[in-house]
Amino acid sequence: MKKVKTWEYSPAPESTDHIQLKDKYDLFINGEFVPSSDGKYFDTINPSNEKKIAEVAQAGKADVEKAVASARKTYDKTWSKMPAKERGKYIFRIARLLQERAREFSVIETLDGGKPIRESRDVDVPLAAAHFFYHAGWADKLEYAFPGRTAKPLGVVGQIIPWNFPLLMAAWKLAPALATGNTVVLKPAETTPLTAMKLAEIIQEADLPPGVVNIINGAGETGRHLVNHGDINKIAFTGSTDVGKYIMESVAGSGKKYTLELGGKAANIIFEDAAIDQAVEGIINAIFFNQGHVCCAGSRLYVQEGVAEEVIAKLQKRMDTLIVGDPLDKNTDIGAINSKMQLDKIKEYVKLGKNEGGTLYQTSCSLPKKGYWFAPTIFTDVSQSNRIVQEEIFGPVLAIQTFRTVDEVIAKANNSPYGLSGGVWTDKGSKIYKVSQDIRAGVIWANTFNKFDPASPFGGYKESGVGSEGGIEGLSGYVNLV
Amino acid sequence: MSERINIQKTYKLYIGGKFPRTESGRYIKWADKKNSTVVNICRGSRKDFRNAMVSARGAVSGWSSRTAYNRAQILYRVGEMLEGRRDQFMAELTLQGLSKKQAEKEINQSIDRLIYYAGWADKFQQIFSRVNPVSLPYFNFTSTEATGVVAAIAPDDSSLLGLVSIIAPVIAGGNSIVIMASESFPLCSISFGEVLYTSDVPGGVINILTGYRSELIDHFSSHMDVNAIIYCGDNEDDKKLVEMNAALNVKHVIQFPVQDWAKDQHQSPYHILKCQETKTTWHPIGV
Repeated sequence: MKKVKTWEYSPAPESTDHIQLKDKYDLFINGEFVPSSDGKYFDTINPSNEKKIAEVAQAGKADVEKAVASARKTYDKTWSKMPAKERGKYIFRIARLLQERAREFSVIETLDGGKPIRESRDVDVPLAAAHFFYHAGWADKLEYAFPGRTAKPLGVVGQIIPWNFPLLMAAWKLAPALATGNTVVLKPAETTPLTAMKLAEIIQEADLPPGVVNIINGAGETGRHLVNHGDINKIAFTGSTDVGKYIMESVAGSGKKYTLELGGKAANIIFEDAAIDQAVEGIINAIFFNQGHVCCAGSRLYVQEGVAEEVIAKLQKRMDTLIVGDPLDKNTDIGAINSKMQLDKIKEYVKLGKNEGGTLYQTSCSLPKKGYWFAPTIFTDVSQSNRIVQEEIFGPVLAIQTFRTVDEVIAKANNSPYGLSGGVWTDKGSKIYKVSQDIRAGVIWANTFNKFDPASPFGGYKESGVGSEGGIEGLSGYVNLV
Repeated sequence: MSERINIQKTYKLYIGGKFPRTESGRYIKWADKKNSTVVNICRGSRKDFRNAMVSARGAVSGWSSRTAYNRAQILYRVGEMLEGRRDQFMAELTLQGLSKKQAEKEINQSIDRLIYYAGWADKFQQIFSRVNPVSLPYFNFTSTEATGVVAAIAPDDSSLLGLVSIIAPVIAGGNSIVIMASESFPLCSISFGEVLYTSDVPGGVINILTGYRSELIDHFSSHMDVNAIIYCGDNEDDKKLVEMNAALNVKHVIQFPVQDWAKDQHQSPYHILKCQETKTTWHPIGV
């Protein structure tokens, strides 16, 4: 076949001259930026070129104590006594300030985490602002959310968030907690602390009472101190199922509440009567959005036999056009893998997939020399029991299987310890409702994938978690109903 | 003429719509305060629990896919059957130490609670479901779905009303349940199984075991096919054990302290919600 010559994309990098970054970030405790008590700092690097961006204070046990004490004091003296509508106005302010500085936040998110600027600009930052705006309005309307009951705040909430959507996850956690009248100690992920520290600046600017939001950085050890602190009323966690289980064990018998947004291995189901070209776009978005660093990613593809050949051929063709490279370039589709550790894990799984007998297809895009990169990858000839079909990879790796009947594909889709999300592609409405009812997962995308909204609850069944975030359901995780 | 010898009841388990003896062959002697009536209660085993789990898992998809109206009628039917068997429960509750007046109150409230949840079975979805105003061209709606198989340790001090107060909201919501009856007052739990048997509740939807809490609680909470565990009681070690075991497969944990189940505040659609998942569906709007 004659190769059609296409135009190359010219570089279209987003400028970075307008952002303000310090060389060093401290902890945000009681409304002030303070160094860590033992003077420890760690580097946060840009995963697309391995260059250090800034140093960040690492919170030890004493810092966690300080942060919790500050949150408790503010809860008792100020925040729980403030009229709800005033609380709401503070949260509205945060939303507005974030909107005003959206461009700066997008660039920093991309620098620190490696995700394409198109995604941080169009998804992460606007959605984060929307989360604050949506929840702000709930603050003085909670009696309508829980008819027949009165919603009371829990107290001090410890929140631990992942590195895949750093600012957005901070917003998902903070907005409902504050709207319902709790105070917070938030721990961002150690590879992506910067937008949370910039958010701390906004919180300061918004004049929130000191101690309502405290932000401390560090890795697992810092998280452990927070989870095990005796004066925390609730832990809200987004991350791996293993850590989620650790949290459940740690808080057992303590009376602490928890909500957990854990791993996933979503089935994305393509029926023969689907609009195939749309479905192919959907598959691409489902697995390659944010380098596949998405707990709800459509990482298991089930294609009905009659269209399998066509779908896979079109998918490969579309994959070949994906631009992998500089996350700051506005044409980039797939950015850098978030960390070396994650890259190693992805490589390990791909090796495993090959050893398990899977047939691999990878695009032949050229990857930058510096930084952490992984080419879009699909596996065919895999079976239900393969580890790459059962386990969460959290990278741009898709496992493809075929099916014949609806019952068969539902059984396969549900044959997973996870139950976070699922996708169904068909032109038949009744089939959509049947399949989406039968998939045991908390979020179902019909003829679409990876859509998020503050008004839309998000949460998993089975080992994908406990509780929801977003919408009215998300509020219920932060209140006692009396 | 010689006095008629009465027929004593054998108390067995209720699993999968049948009344088997415990596979373990073990028993617990139970006697009333005067020691005038002595019965052998099945000392349920881990294997009994696992058998009950197989029944409960097998029953849950059929039960949860019945219409809400149908589930409502079946719950109402359970209430009808209980009403018709008052005398039997009067006898057992008084044997277990309640006064006639107390026993009557407990039966009345148990029936009323079943009717209360029968009424909710086809309504709670409307209270807890919604259409969400997302900022994209999608029809986005959230609805409740049964969590799956629920394992429960019933209140120990409230033999019938406690049992009913736990079971009714769980099955109104389309779940199946394996419940460990009151250890101290087990008699009417198995008789309640007889009520269920005659009430169109499909076999396996409700399974009732008797035995020692201390023996079974670990199995109830560690079983990997349990989706939610309900614990009623105040024992701190038990509560901790249940929560630790729940981590094995991320079970939902629902706990109730020792409380007066007779109070109206202990019946609520929010109790049904405790064993419901939240499902949100995105559907495009366009031509």
